[in-house]
Amino acid sequence: MGRSAVMAPVPSKLYSDDVSLLVVLLDTNPFFWSTASLPFSKFLSHVLAFLNSILLINQLNQVVVIATGCNSCNFIFDSSSVPANPNLENGRMPALCSNLLQKLEEFVTGDEKLSKEVLAAGIGSSLLSGSLSMALCYIQRVFRTGPLHPQPRILCLQGSPDGPEQYVAVMNAIFSAQRSMVPIDSCVIGAQHSAFLQQASYITGGVYLKPQQLDGLFQYLSTVFATDLHSRRFLQLPKPAGVDFRASCFCHKNTIDMGYICSVCLSIFCKHHKKCSTCGSVFGQAQSDGNSATDRKRKTPET
Amino acid sequence: MSGEVLKRARYKTSVKDSGVAGVLKMTEDKFVFMPNDPTSSARFDVEFRFIKGHKFSKGGSNKPALLNLTQDSEKGGGYIFEFENYPDREVCREFVGKALAKFSEASKAGSEQSAVKLFDEQLSTIEMERRIKLLREDRHSVPEEKFGVLLLKGILPLFGETIIAMKLIDSGIASKVKWDCSELQKLHKQFVLSGVLTEAEFWATRKKLLDGNTSRTSKQRVGFKSAMISDLKPLTDGRTNRVTFNLTPEIIHQIFAEKPAVHQAFLNFVPNKMTEKDFWNKYCRAEYLHCTRNTVAAAAEAAEDEELAVFLKHDDILASEARRKIRRVDPTLDMEADQGDDYMHLPDHGIFRDGSKEIIDPQYEQYRRTLSQDLNRHAAVVLEGRPIDVELEDTRTVAEALAKSKRVEAANEKSDGSVTRERLERISRMTEIEDLQAPRDLPFAALCIKDPRDYFDSQQANALKTLGDTLAGSKQIKCSLSSQEAYGSLRGFISEIKSVGLSDPIVKPDIALKVLNGLTQNISSTKFHLGKNPQESVLDRLPIITKEELLHHWTSIQELLRHFWSSYPITTTYLYTKASRLKDAMSQIYPKLQEIKESVQSDFRHQVSLLVQPMLQRRRETLKRRRRSEPQEGPGGERTMGSIGTDLAVMERILELVKPILEHSKTEQEADQDHHQNQARAQHAHLTSTAHPVRFPLVPGSRENCSPLCGLVKMGVLLAFSLSDLREVGWRRRV
Repeated sequence: MGRSAVMAPVPSKLYSDDVSLLVVLLDTNPFFWSTASLPFSKFLSHVLAFLNSILLINQLNQVVVIATGCNSCNFIFDSSSVPANPNLENGRMPALCSNLLQKLEEFVTGDEKLSKEVLAAGIGSSLLSGSLSMALCYIQRVFRTGPLHPQPRILCLQGSPDGPEQYVAVMNAIFSAQRSMVPIDSCVIGAQHSAFLQQASYITGGVYLKPQQLDGLFQYLSTVFATDLHSRRFLQLPKPAGVDFRASCFCHKNTIDMGYICSVCLSIFCKHHKKCSTCGSVFGQAQSDGNSATDRKRKTPET
Repeated sequence: MSGEVLKRARYKTSVKDSGVAGVLKMTEDKFVFMPNDPTSSARFDVEFRFIKGHKFSKGGSNKPALLNLTQDSEKGGGYIFEFENYPDREVCREFVGKALAKFSEASKAGSEQSAVKLFDEQLSTIEMERRIKLLREDRHSVPEEKFGVLLLKGILPLFGETIIAMKLIDSGIASKVKWDCSELQKLHKQFVLSGVLTEAEFWATRKKLLDGNTSRTSKQRVGFKSAMISDLKPLTDGRTNRVTFNLTPEIIHQIFAEKPAVHQAFLNFVPNKMTEKDFWNKYCRAEYLHCTRNTVAAAAEAAEDEELAVFLKHDDILASEARRKIRRVDPTLDMEADQGDDYMHLPDHGIFRDGSKEIIDPQYEQYRRTLSQDLNRHAAVVLEGRPIDVELEDTRTVAEALAKSKRVEAANEKSDGSVTRERLERISRMTEIEDLQAPRDLPFAALCIKDPRDYFDSQQANALKTLGDTLAGSKQIKCSLSSQEAYGSLRGFISEIKSVGLSDPIVKPDIALKVLNGLTQNISSTKFHLGKNPQESVLDRLPIITKEELLHHWTSIQELLRHFWSSYPITTTYLYTKASRLKDAMSQIYPKLQEIKESVQSDFRHQVSLLVQPMLQRRRETLKRRRRSEPQEGPGGERTMGSIGTDLAVMERILELVKPILEHSKTEQEADQDHHQNQARAQHAHLTSTAHPVRFPLVPGSRENCSPLCGLVKMGVLLAFSLSDLREVGWRRRV
């Protein structure tokens, strides 16, 4: 109700099925890039070329780039607010690219300042949840205010491993994207698969891809992720590999088909507990001993 | 079922016999005949369970009212009663019908020695028609002749009576039906015609299906005609000033329904104040005034005659009803949205009625009726349908019936206070402005999640497993740089691209080709996504024929299992033979599955064998395993099919176990009396309580050492079966 009230004043929008709003989430985790097989400069060159080609496909297309750092996230590029300066800067690169790189550099500097000098053993994760939320907010703003009603999608270029502490936030963002029908495409550049992005793409109907040939990244991007959502329906894109939704229990990390679930926080357990280990809720007793005995017999899988 | 029935009847040994007069008394489980002549030998007391069926003579004017209770055909004969009149006979017939239905279960098991004789079961025509109806539901059609053959083969011999053939022709089923080859029919053909199951057995598990259909067949009621009563046109002969109206009961009914004021007036005036004829005269006069569009004249006449005014003025009842309806409109309905469609300021917006355009004269507004009003009212009445069910003969009765039905309606509405409350709640919910509401402090406890990492861990392992990635490999990448160094190198990369610019070409052609090839292969290979998308069943990718065959076998197996478990526990030889028959039929399906597996293309062979393999190899699975796999059954197909092999294994084991027990129990038919208590308990929970139950306690420990079966029970073997498997026949037992 609240939403319709806000959306109502927009008089008329240009609805078109082939205009895309592409929000790219760029992983700028320095720890990841210092170990990655593909140098960041090469990566940027692929990505910039890809962004350019998106803008060329349809002149109404819009590209927004959000940098996903270790400590912060920020917008580093928005094609709708690029200064109208078409001349090539130092002859090597279009204005939009140098613009983006400038912002990126500023962002990295800012991100570094925020970092606490704690030496983690691993690479550490980047703030995927933050950048996802920013992307979704941006898309909502475009929906509600802009003169255009483009077909939005989010492309995550992710290299760092998933951050388990972000689980709840990331899942919330994913469900929010699903609700507003924004597909989340993911292209995983890192060494290992990302469970977050796999779920995100699966749930929102996006494409999950982990390129094997990183030096051909542009080819992957332009082949798989460049088409607008309307054309996608006619293409055979890499099928989203199914997600194994079976969960493992919180107590023993066993994969289970049936188990007990905390009604408050949805934690999964393979056995009946008196108290939820995640949220501390105290579970009541089953109605009668006889019933609970047979129930348990039936429900608890043998471990 | 009411307790008993007592009727005068004559007992006859044959139809032509004059019979013995007496009293027939029927109770729930037996019937007793007591002749009036106490010396007569025709006195008997028979239990219903020995009765196999009943026949009765058709109701006719001078034919006797006969009821024939047939006994086992082996013993021959039956009990023929002649009643004094048909009503008496009907009462008894119904009672017998119910009693027999109750005993049919028991008699099925009870006819151990004559299991085959079950075919004698006499079915009511209704039930048979329902069976036929069930069999021909669904849409795949098969030539009609085939239907006939199937009918004759599948149904007629079982009843063996010409009555049924006649009934078929009577009700026109045989000639009209298009035989539809439904799933049910396939199963019926497969199992009943091949002798795996008897007709009665096949239908026994579908009693509910049969019952469900009856409730749906209700009499269709005729609604109002959609023609308007404006068709009631005055007829003039042209010469005199005489005007004729034709009123039929149908029209009168419609007038009453559409014009509550006329209806009210009729109830008030007729016959106290005026005769019916006068009433309709007045009504027609009013109608005539409307026709002439002479509102001035109408107003003048109404002023003179107050009864006439009733017909001419606007209908108050209608108006109040309309107001009530408007009040009931959903408050959230946006009336403004339709504002553009409003023609209210243009009455009739130029519609010509009866050839002349209506003129507006505000002074006589109340004597004017618009076409749109009439149309709306008529539409409303037609949509409401015809609420009364009386003969349209007498106007007075029609009027009263209509009034009564309206009162009922009104009462219903009043008593339906919850609707009003709901509406009010809805209004307050919808009109509420969030910002102005006081904060709702519902008692809540903040959710405090200690470590959200748990959620991730519980998912990640599986998710990555699906992608063929191992967690172990991922954790090894270590970053030796300090954050300062790391950020430095990142900035270095950025400045590098700034100075060098975009690489040219971005992608080397050979690499691009490699990537493209990789992607294309990836997409086309089935290996990549097969079975990984839970929304896509493996079955969907199989050729349609194979899929259908597999599904058909699957339903067959389900059907066999259903019958198997419904005959559980196997306490009689009859049930044992039935179960073995079912098991044999089941085992015949396996070679067929193997055949399917071999026939499919190599692309799918792996998939099919994945589906079929469990059925073929899991015979040795333990019962425990079976119990565990049961809850997993779902539409996915794979898992469901997986448990079939174990089903067969379970069937075999049960049969093995039961066989020696049955043989033993036969010799000890008359076991000691101590068991009766347990037997009663067993029967209480037993769906198909039998005539010769094996005496063993279902509650372990109570009579442990009485028979070998008790020992078995103690071992928990049979109980293990009953717990996990009888769920299929809806058992819930506490152990």
